[in-house]
Amino acid sequence: MNFLFLIVVIISAILIVIAAIGIAKLISPRSYNPQKGESYECGIPTQGKSWMQFKVGYYLFAILFLMFDVETVFLFPWASVVQNMGVNGLLTVLFFLLILVLGLAYAWKKGALEWK
Amino acid sequence: MFDFGIITSWIHEFLTSYLPLGLATFLECVLVGVCIILLYVVIAVIMIYMERKVCAAFQCRLGPNRVGPWGTIQLICDMIKMLTKEIISVRKSDKFLYNLAPFIVILASVMAFSCLPFGRGMSVLDFNVGVFFLMASSSIGVVGILLAGWGSNNKYSLIGAMRSGAQMISYELSASLSLLTIIVLTDTMQFSEIVMRQQDGWFIFKGHIPAVIAFVVYLIAGNAEVNRGPFDLPEAESELTAGYHTEYSGMHFGLFYVAEFVNLFIIAGVATTIFLGGWMPLHVSGLDGFNHIMDLIPGFIWFFGKAFFVVWLLMWMKWTFPRLRIDQILTLEWRYLIPISLVNLLVMVIVVVFKLHF
Repeated sequence: MNFLFLIVVIISAILIVIAAIGIAKLISPRSYNPQKGESYECGIPTQGKSWMQFKVGYYLFAILFLMFDVETVFLFPWASVVQNMGVNGLLTVLFFLLILVLGLAYAWKKGALEWK
Repeated sequence: MFDFGIITSWIHEFLTSYLPLGLATFLECVLVGVCIILLYVVIAVIMIYMERKVCAAFQCRLGPNRVGPWGTIQLICDMIKMLTKEIISVRKSDKFLYNLAPFIVILASVMAFSCLPFGRGMSVLDFNVGVFFLMASSSIGVVGILLAGWGSNNKYSLIGAMRSGAQMISYELSASLSLLTIIVLTDTMQFSEIVMRQQDGWFIFKGHIPAVIAFVVYLIAGNAEVNRGPFDLPEAESELTAGYHTEYSGMHFGLFYVAEFVNLFIIAGVATTIFLGGWMPLHVSGLDGFNHIMDLIPGFIWFFGKAFFVVWLLMWMKWTFPRLRIDQILTLEWRYLIPISLVNLLVMVIVVVFKLHF
């Protein structure tokens, strides 16, 4: 039943967008003006494309995020059983976390966490 | 407590007694869909009204007060106005990605929204991996924002989307780590089960100091994840016009706006469910008369009351602190919140393993 409702939720989300944009398209006025198609930047015609190179810092943080996100995914199943595992569960994950914290400390020391 | 499951099972029996099973199931699905859409829109309208009133109160203004009593009809008027505005698309934009972005943003927030337990038996999706599913589905939203910035072929949009992406993925980590802290305490990920475990005390009281720290970290990270408050620099209007939705007009923009406010409500709702007991009433051990009176208030009123209280806290944060710079935001996350929440998780595990909690 839950997975059926998941499909219902997805369909209703798509319906919200289609209904909102459909009603707006039906009742809103329409007029053509070449100026309307321009990018809203600063008034004078835009120079060049906007699909350009951007700062590499974002990329670095994305890589760091990947490491920690996978770690969190691994921790979720562990967290739901640790109460039954007791001290054994604590020691097991302590080792796992230690390696990760070492990775974070290395990135910190190398200056990867600084915005340059 | 009143069980909403009685009503749903009554509807199910009523429909199956008159109709074949397939048709009855279809009608139930339609009913669920209508309920989700209505609740989504109503919550969005209430949130926008509340935002305007609270913001006005913090700035010593009145807020909307002309249309209807206390300006309550103003929001309906604004919605109609937004529907009658022309949808303009930029000539040089990537049309497919540009039009796809609102779908993904709304999809992510509706999927996360339908996970919330509004009352006993009153949740649409109740997976046994509920918390995990909610984190996964709410993080799809960042894809929509990146597509919006990339597809609209505007330099402001691109910069806003990149900032937003870096910020949202970073803060997702400490948000999920602070939720993990409570999962360690409950040993379940199902939302209804998490609420049931709080019958004898909310987790913020049961979990000692680690739960309080996790609550504060979750509020900060959640506020940053929905691009609000002091962390709203993806749409910093003084430098980037409107960030990733600069090129969206009319209802296209309205969808981003609605999704942002419902996401704020989702953050508050998750904080309520995980830390503040969801629809469980406030009980003080020893005061039986007081507990009995508290039990008379229906569960969904408790849920919405607590959720709107947390929303009010988040709005207070937004209208009090000045906006941060991008390097300050990333420093706050990677150098403070992640180490704090990792240590906090370990402390919580020690508390749970050695049975030190209440």
